Amino acid sequence: MIELIALEKAFGSKEVLRGVDLSVPEGSSTVIIGGSGTGKSVLLKSILGLVTPDKGIITVAGKDATAGDRDAFLAQFGMLFQGAALFDSLSVWQNVAFRLLRGSLKRPKEEARAIAIEKLQRVGMGPDVADLFPAELSGGMQKRVGLARAIAADPKIIFFDEPTTGLDPIMAGVINDLIREIVTEMGATAMTITHDMSSVRAIADRVAMLHAGKIRWEGPVGEIDTADDPYLCQFITGSAEGPIETLR
Amino acid sequence: MNWLGLLGRNTLGLLALIGRIAMFAAQTMSHLVRPPFYTREFLNALVTIGWLSLPVVGLTALFTGGALALQIYAGGARFNAEAVVPSIVAIGMVRELGPVLGGLMVAGRVAAAIAAELGTMKVTEQIDALTTLSTHPMKYLTVPRVLAATLTVPVLVAVGDAIGIFGGYLVGTTRLGFNPAVYLTNTVDFLEAWDVGSGLVKGAVFGFIVATMGCYHGMNSGRGAQGVGKATTNAVVSASVLILASNYVLTEVFFSA
Ligand SMILES: Nc1ncnc2c1ncn2[C@@H]1O[C@H](COP(=O)(O)OP(=O)(O)OP(=O)(O)O)[C@@H](O)[C@H]1O
Ligand SMILES: [Mg+2]
Repeated sequence: MIELIALEKAFGSKEVLRGVDLSVPEGSSTVIIGGSGTGKSVLLKSILGLVTPDKGIITVAGKDATAGDRDAFLAQFGMLFQGAALFDSLSVWQNVAFRLLRGSLKRPKEEARAIAIEKLQRVGMGPDVADLFPAELSGGMQKRVGLARAIAADPKIIFFDEPTTGLDPIMAGVINDLIREIVTEMGATAMTITHDMSSVRAIADRVAMLHAGKIRWEGPVGEIDTADDPYLCQFITGSAEGPIETLR
Repeated sequence: MNWLGLLGRNTLGLLALIGRIAMFAAQTMSHLVRPPFYTREFLNALVTIGWLSLPVVGLTALFTGGALALQIYAGGARFNAEAVVPSIVAIGMVRELGPVLGGLMVAGRVAAAIAAELGTMKVTEQIDALTTLSTHPMKYLTVPRVLAATLTVPVLVAVGDAIGIFGGYLVGTTRLGFNPAVYLTNTVDFLEAWDVGSGLVKGAVFGFIVATMGCYHGMNSGRGAQGVGKATTNAVVSASVLILASNYVLTEVFFSA
């Protein structure tokens, strides 16, 4: 279980998170929605310690995330970055197998490569891309390689930052199914950021909406259509009219 | 228009920067002696920092050695002391110009390349990705580069010394009428081991400076293409200034007495 209590983060005078309280049950899939620039990516990065929060408490499985052995802590996570963040000096399969080629999870090269190719297959990519370099791939392909890298070592907790942006509808469906599978079959805990409402319905057990630096609404996915929060309603219907300002 | 305030702020800013860089260098050292060590990254760095810098350093030394011979001949002629050309060229090359010019050329080439590469990695979240993949960016990116530069720049300096002396020899024998055999004996006879050794030590220090500046500015790059550009410029400028400053200090330590 991941638990955030009164998390705050500002960049200079810009207050991004202003007291986020959220708990993510183990083995469930939570989707975070919210307007562009509301701090969704910052929220995930704070949990991983890539961004240092100004205030608040983060616990993972009951332990303080900022204390203790960083390596052991990070070993249970997989993260897909919004911009894929592939290492451009390494080939596609070496990117996917990065964790399997060094450190505590190190295994023989052939085995690591086989796992990489299997994971690439799961994100809808053939073995022919394994030896290409990230610069030779399209944006959507890079995203999928990033996804394969995030799940390569079968982590217990996986963060997906906009996994389906830049993908065609069919591929987006494949990725949604994959995320769902990872949660239901492997029992992983997932936190996904997305702007795509069909992804939300396909992936989520629970939905949390971030607005103005706080969790505006949080609940099971089945209740998003009947909820009476005007902010949430405006967001899921994509209406320009409502309490969320659009500045035009 | 508060002059004093401006001066104070800038001084404090500079001191803070020096402190951060010193801490960065200390951290690099501490990661160097703790496993894991990424051999592959280190070998890559040896090639890109050492091997690929050879042409630049070699050419610089060749022309510098030649020009030095001409100048010393012209200067020596005023005291009827043209015969000192071989030994002064050799001493000037191995003590000062080999390490300093080699270091500066490597600063231009390597500090810039490292800062641009790491800066881009920072901006595209690749450094964050490294962390989430349980790989310490200092160990994976900084340590191999700093170690490779510290070890290869002295070798580059040694090669540069030899080529520079050869440049002086070429000019001396073809343009200034020196006897080849006499030129060589003069070079060898008046050169002491510490002349060469001190230059190599300087080379190691300069190599450390170059890679540390490249890594520091790259890893702390601002956001966007502009951030990377600024990081690259800062890396080259700070590496060059630090090389010249530390060269003075080292020369003072080694030879004043
Ligand atoms: N390293 C940083 N330095 C300064 N400001 C930052 C930094 N990272 C994020 N921000 C700011 O924090 C705010 C939230 O950024 P974040 O990337 O979390 O948005 P987001 O909700 O993920 O948006 P999107 O849906 O567009 O990806 C933005 O206004 C951004 O400018
Ligand atoms: Mg984002």
